[in-house]
Amino acid sequence: MRKIKSISDLERCRQDILSKQKQYETVVSVCGGTGCQAYDCQKVKAAFQKELRNKGMRERVALKVTGCPGFCERGPLVTIYPHNIFYQRVKAKDVLQIISETIQNGRKVEHLLFEDPDAHRKITSSQEIPFYRAQMRLLLSNNDLIDPTRIEDYIAIGGYRSLAKALFQMRPEEVMEEIKISGLRGRGGAGYPTGKKWENCNHAKGEPKYVICNCDEGDPGAFMDRSLLEGNPHAILEGMLIGAYAIGANQGFIYVRHEYPLAHKNAEIAIKQARRVGLLGKNILGSGFSFDVEMAKGGGAFVCGESTALIASIEGKVGEPRSKQIHLVEQGLWGKPTNLNNVETWANVPLIINKGSQWFSSIGTEKSKGTKIFSLVGKVKNTGLVEVPMGITLKEIIFDIGGGQQDGKRIKAVQTGGPSGGCIPASLFDLPVDFESLTQVGSMMGSGGMIVMDEGTCMVDVAKYFVHFLQEESCGKCLPCREGLKRMGEILDRITEGKGNGEDLSLLEELSEVIVDTSLCGLGRTAPNPVLSALRYFRPEFEAHIHQKRCPAAVCTPLIQYSISEVDCTGCGACKKVCPTQAVEGEKKQSHRILSEICSKCGSCKDVCKANAVMVQ
Amino acid sequence: MDFEQVGKIIDKYEEKKTALISILHDIQDRYNHLPEGALRKVASRLKMDLNDIYGVATFYKSFSLVPKGKHSITLCLGTACHVRGGPKILREMKKQLNIEPGQTTADKQFSLNVVNCLGVCAIGPVMFVDGKFYGEMNPLKAKGVIEKLNKNKKRNGVKS
Repeated sequence: MRKIKSISDLERCRQDILSKQKQYETVVSVCGGTGCQAYDCQKVKAAFQKELRNKGMRERVALKVTGCPGFCERGPLVTIYPHNIFYQRVKAKDVLQIISETIQNGRKVEHLLFEDPDAHRKITSSQEIPFYRAQMRLLLSNNDLIDPTRIEDYIAIGGYRSLAKALFQMRPEEVMEEIKISGLRGRGGAGYPTGKKWENCNHAKGEPKYVICNCDEGDPGAFMDRSLLEGNPHAILEGMLIGAYAIGANQGFIYVRHEYPLAHKNAEIAIKQARRVGLLGKNILGSGFSFDVEMAKGGGAFVCGESTALIASIEGKVGEPRSKQIHLVEQGLWGKPTNLNNVETWANVPLIINKGSQWFSSIGTEKSKGTKIFSLVGKVKNTGLVEVPMGITLKEIIFDIGGGQQDGKRIKAVQTGGPSGGCIPASLFDLPVDFESLTQVGSMMGSGGMIVMDEGTCMVDVAKYFVHFLQEESCGKCLPCREGLKRMGEILDRITEGKGNGEDLSLLEELSEVIVDTSLCGLGRTAPNPVLSALRYFRPEFEAHIHQKRCPAAVCTPLIQYSISEVDCTGCGACKKVCPTQAVEGEKKQSHRILSEICSKCGSCKDVCKANAVMVQ
Repeated sequence: MDFEQVGKIIDKYEEKKTALISILHDIQDRYNHLPEGALRKVASRLKMDLNDIYGVATFYKSFSLVPKGKHSITLCLGTACHVRGGPKILREMKKQLNIEPGQTTADKQFSLNVVNCLGVCAIGPVMFVDGKFYGEMNPLKAKGVIEKLNKNKKRNGVKS
């Protein structure tokens, strides 16, 4: 591709790409996201490559490896355009049939279509699938259309036009005003108004100024930032370019956690391509504005998602947070004014500039505008990435989009906000989701993880899980977080081992209060939330562990016993075969027994028993 | 040990102090851990105190000062994997390999690591073995993955 030196160059380049794309009669999109890679989508891609070449169809059929369309659970996903046929769970052996039936003859391959579990009918296009139907995919929909390693694909769908508009039709103040009016708030969790943050950074004294994209998505259960950076890295670059222009920065950084190798790679490729065509570097589009971006990598420390720790990490130091009395917008990276936003926040920017703040602010609730991407995971039928307008209810997300319970167990709660958030009980599922409402019920938006929990999830175990998680991730700099979480973990360990006593719950609450009030950074200040919310809504479960030495969900191993019902056991021997400790005895076709002395309580026997004869008490 | 590669890695990042974490990642990829000699070389080339580099190398969980095994087994214990039975797989792995997370087997074949989220939550519980993701795991499937790697080892052993 030639250098793009002006707006007219950009438009000409777009027309060239579009006319080249017209030569293809058919486009085969194979999802290449991390989720589908786990299902061997590379083999599907290789099979298409080989067969299309063998049949001499490469001139007419374009093969595209795209980012993640979100329905990871059904991967590998393949979409055929212009037919708009959505195939799921595709294997390499299905490729020949797709070519001969769909591409050559326009017919559907029935067994690869999604089947509506309620109506038992096959669905052709992804838009009709219940999982997608209730979504509003403003940010994610482009993931289906573009190959993230080709800047041409992004330009073809109108990419970098918002940048051109900002650079040539708007002054920096106007860009900031537009973002302010739109009502966009930070998607990393805290929900600070983005336009205001930009303005503060713009007004701060000191040169140079920096912008940072935070892709240290450490909240377990959240992966929308990974999918956005992996699937549409140029949109993030465009957002950063517009932000940098408004703020007056010439250098940016994208900080990616080490656990996301593909996101790192695709962002790196995007930066190189943008530099090559002149969309990063000096005098962008001939506007006089210069900006470049560098990549920075994390090292597996959760605390580095905290802005001051992240900055220390970019500086090549230990990722310890500092007090935020002086904000980053005044003194950030190397003591200079720094504006840090999360991946999803940056991704919204080109959209707002393109379609206008009025349009954006018409979506959502009074104080939370636009859409939010959630990762819907855990004990729910349809798992994956879900983009919905703010204000939609939890019920709609979990039941209409997620399809409800997974394997016959009633859903009892959803955990949002990661380790800083809390569990919301099913009785509150009519709650409209926005920044304020989630905080009100003791949880928070966080980066958008939504982990569904059912009767088989022990809330004491979940609270213990988060406390241990945070204890391990605490950087150790301040005492309340370092020592307080350790003690909370010890108390919860005791409770789940059946050694809890009557004072434990009040002690947990007292410790929580101190940690919330006196910790240095956000990690510590929000760390007790999972415990407090579990105590608020699921106190009887804690009490059952303490007073009756019983785990109602049958999760805490010291409190449970496995046995086999003599009446129901058919003597098939499946449990005996899978038991890793040989704790099951019994003759074929006769009732089996579990030897409790050597049973490791792994539950494998229960998982395989077709007669439902394995009981947990 | 020869640390010529370390020099090349530092050159690639133009001796930037800000690239320290990336440099350490590249060294670890090349040498399977962070050898002391390599860290000394990084300190002198970046004109940094060795103590500070040691601090970074021990703060971030991705780094190891002792050699890792030939096969890297990373088990995700993020919330989604946790509620879907991740801890059961950890118990099975610990039993199979007879090591704790963060350790390497005596024959230097396997290293077991636990991480807090790989971002592949939709198909949890997830294992990441030698650069490949395995979704929807259970203790039996996980055992199968180890057995397959062990079998390959024996087969290769016979050939050589």
